[in-house]
Amino acid sequence: MQFMLLFSRQGKLRLQKWYVPLSDKERKKISRDLVQTILARKPKMCSFLEWRDLKIVYKRYASLYFCCAVEDQDNELITLEIIHRYVELLDKYFGSVSLLNVTCLLKVCKKVCELDIIFNFEKAYFILDEFLLGGEAQETSKKNVLKAIEQADLLQEV
Amino acid sequence: MPAPIRLRELIRTIRTARTQAEEREMIQKECAAIRSSFREEDNTYRCRNVAKLLYMHMLGYPAHFGQLECLKLIASQKFTDKRIGYLGAMLLLDERQDVHLLMTNCIKNDLNHSTQYVQGLALCTLGCMGSSEMCRDLAGEVEKLLKTSNSYLRKKAALCAVHVIRKVPELMEMFLPATKNLLSEKNHGVLHTSVVLLTEMCERSPDMLAHFRKLVPQLVRILKNLIMSGYSPEHDVSGISDPFLQVRILRLLRILGKSDDDSSEAMNDILAQVATNTETSKNVGNAILYETVLTIMDIKSESGLRVLAINILGRFLLNNDKNIRYVALTSLLKTVQTDHNAVQRHRSTIVDCLKDLDVSIKRRAMELSFALVNGNNIRGMMKELLYFLDSCDPEFKADCASGVFLAAEKYAPSKRWHIDTIMRVLTTAGSYVRDDSVPNLIQLITNSVEMHAYTVQRLYKALLDDISQQPLVQVASWCIGEYGDLLVSGQCEEEEPIQVTEDEVLDVLEGLLVSNLSTPVTRGYALTAIMKLSTRFSSVNRIKKVVSIYGSSIDVELQQRAVEYNALFKKYDHMRPALLERMPIMEKTATNGPTEIVQTNGETEPSAVEPKHLPPVTQPTSQANDLLDLLGGNDVVPVIQTTMPTKPASAGGELLDLLGDLSLSGGPAPTPAPSVPTSQPSFLLDGLSSQPLFNDIAAVGIPPMTAYNKNGLKIDFTFERANPNPNIAVITIHASNSTEADMTDFVFQAAVPKTFQLQLLSPSSNVVPALNQGTVTQVIRVLNPQKQQLRMRIKLTYTHKGSPVQDLAEVNNFPPQSWQ
Repeated sequence: MQFMLLFSRQGKLRLQKWYVPLSDKERKKISRDLVQTILARKPKMCSFLEWRDLKIVYKRYASLYFCCAVEDQDNELITLEIIHRYVELLDKYFGSVSLLNVTCLLKVCKKVCELDIIFNFEKAYFILDEFLLGGEAQETSKKNVLKAIEQADLLQEV
Repeated sequence: MPAPIRLRELIRTIRTARTQAEEREMIQKECAAIRSSFREEDNTYRCRNVAKLLYMHMLGYPAHFGQLECLKLIASQKFTDKRIGYLGAMLLLDERQDVHLLMTNCIKNDLNHSTQYVQGLALCTLGCMGSSEMCRDLAGEVEKLLKTSNSYLRKKAALCAVHVIRKVPELMEMFLPATKNLLSEKNHGVLHTSVVLLTEMCERSPDMLAHFRKLVPQLVRILKNLIMSGYSPEHDVSGISDPFLQVRILRLLRILGKSDDDSSEAMNDILAQVATNTETSKNVGNAILYETVLTIMDIKSESGLRVLAINILGRFLLNNDKNIRYVALTSLLKTVQTDHNAVQRHRSTIVDCLKDLDVSIKRRAMELSFALVNGNNIRGMMKELLYFLDSCDPEFKADCASGVFLAAEKYAPSKRWHIDTIMRVLTTAGSYVRDDSVPNLIQLITNSVEMHAYTVQRLYKALLDDISQQPLVQVASWCIGEYGDLLVSGQCEEEEPIQVTEDEVLDVLEGLLVSNLSTPVTRGYALTAIMKLSTRFSSVNRIKKVVSIYGSSIDVELQQRAVEYNALFKKYDHMRPALLERMPIMEKTATNGPTEIVQTNGETEPSAVEPKHLPPVTQPTSQANDLLDLLGGNDVVPVIQTTMPTKPASAGGELLDLLGDLSLSGGPAPTPAPSVPTSQPSFLLDGLSSQPLFNDIAAVGIPPMTAYNKNGLKIDFTFERANPNPNIAVITIHASNSTEADMTDFVFQAAVPKTFQLQLLSPSSNVVPALNQGTVTQVIRVLNPQKQQLRMRIKLTYTHKGSPVQDLAEVNNFPPQSWQ
């Protein structure tokens, strides 16, 4: 993977992870152009497109677009699964963290939403960095990723 | 100094801003506060400030003044500081700035930290944005961690190693020992990242590839376990166990099995198993199948497996999910060359995808459809493709039109079908066809002799409807100019002939000249067409009038043409019919270039020859009977071309210029100029040198013959059937000289009876060397549509030992195969 962008329907960037060396100016230009291209696509169109010389895989979850740029030999369908796995991780983390220490028996159907990612953007990055490294998946077990985050969070000095 | 506000507080505040200006103001205020806090070297709140800075950076505001602060955070002992510091480094720093190198030492220390999460941070940052220098410095540490038993660190080290190798390929060797037992790990994270590392190494180095081939059995085993093992909650995705790992293993197998029979055989079974057993109801199953298909197609798999793969793709095409259809079309496009027949079976599904709503799917379906067209399915496919051409977006039309022309040319079942198809494209997508299709189409139409009347009629009717599509208009005007007589005489056999008068035709052409829709090129075509009709129609006066009007046109091209045509009417009226006669069959050339160097048939043709022949020159359709009497009748072609350069300075001087100009001002297309003979041989000779091609290819079974043998001059004929038109016989003459003196100024001319058409190309030279030291060769093309017995009268002129020699002879002994 070369980069991953998360942006809202208004085109506001919520997360940008770059795995290739590019200057700030270049990153800004690419983000702007790509966001516009994707927002212009109709809902019925497929999740893959060719843009410049990259393969783009994107999917919309509620009000957020998750967009990845992958290399030629990467499998687009499994990239969709990677995006989905990340969303699941975010969901698990933001959905239940607040309840961890209160009552483990009560299950509240809180799902992750854009606001969580806005207000806790650094956490979103930490989670991504436990799931992907250098553009490739480092851990395929949901449980292990979440455990690592949990442990690291505990290390944070108060 | 009050404590800086918290991150969440800031975010909340900024979000309350109602306008961009308000937001900018808030940000600037906070930035100022952060800057002063940095200046004070405040350790306590540095982390908070940098976090806020990162948020503002994401909104698009400059944050470069925080770069050094990130480095300070990384160097801190607190985990929170390090976390934000490394995040800031990844977001704000890039390897183009030297400041990033300051990180190297910190990362090195952190790679050896006692807390694995700190080590993890360091590995992550290095693996994400490490520059080549950093990688070189720290590769050793990464290699050490690759051998650790801590799976949390081992998996990160593996991906970090991948990054190092990508940045500094020479370092690949040093990671080799550590890879030894990577695959014996049980931990899926380590397995997955190890496979990625192995893949990277194999892709980059053939030696590594050879070295790791021995891992194939192990990989097959791991894959097998994944498929066969029961439900594993930790790695399960919709009933499939660790699809990410499966896909990566399949990809590595692909690389290992490519062009290696043994490895390919070893993985045959598992591939078949995955292909048949994977659940296809969800995307994840299809993702695995997709990777499997890619692997099967790339390795040396047996044919049964390949057919299985193509069938999977065929099923994908029927899937409701458009992503799957997209992926299928892409893969089929890659395999259509090698597994053509298998892909053909799914042709109807592919053609259905032309109607898909998604642009990318449509494009792929179109490319694939063209790849699948063959002689058997041409009619059906063309129907679908033409329908697609009608309704597709403009971005497709040019490619589609070109594709249709190519396919039609290769597989047209009949001439009429071909012309109809061309008409359809021109009328529906006429403005999108490529520029070079106009001359191609004209050449095609010329060669379909029996369809001329039908073609010109249809084109005329199309012009009546719509004159906005330039390529259509250009082809139509050319045809009307050429075959207008057929149009007016109502000779069409293929369909109901229309009644049209000469005046109506001229109205249409004049309309093109004045219309705002016509481009200058089109106007040129129209003017030339009108001129040509002067020899085919009787309303010459009207044409004269039109032509003279344009003698003062602002458009230089039109003006030049009009002036020259005027001159034709006035001074050279006797030449007009010959110049404007029907175009002969054109040879399809590879280069399709415009008129190149004009080659003529014999530079030093004695001028005595030509004046005699000019007056009796008439149209080929005229009743010049007993053509065997006058050589001028039918071989207008060679005569005029030979006279050109040798015209004496008198009246001929202007004629030379006139004809010279005419041949070169043939407009953008090479041939639609008035049929100046000089343009023909060069056009025909494009890419051909006259003799070797035809000489060496002896006619298939047609024996050569001696046509003439007198006074030491011997002329042999060799034969060949020209493709694609079997009615054309290609004769190559070989002139040899057995006397002791050279025969110079050698000119060979030929005439044939009325039912034939003859074309003489340039000779190889006009000196026949003495004592059979060499031959002069020349190519004659004879069109014999009525398959009558070929007869020919030839005239030879040359200079031998200082005196001119001339001889006439009849050639009747053509072998039957040459004209049957």
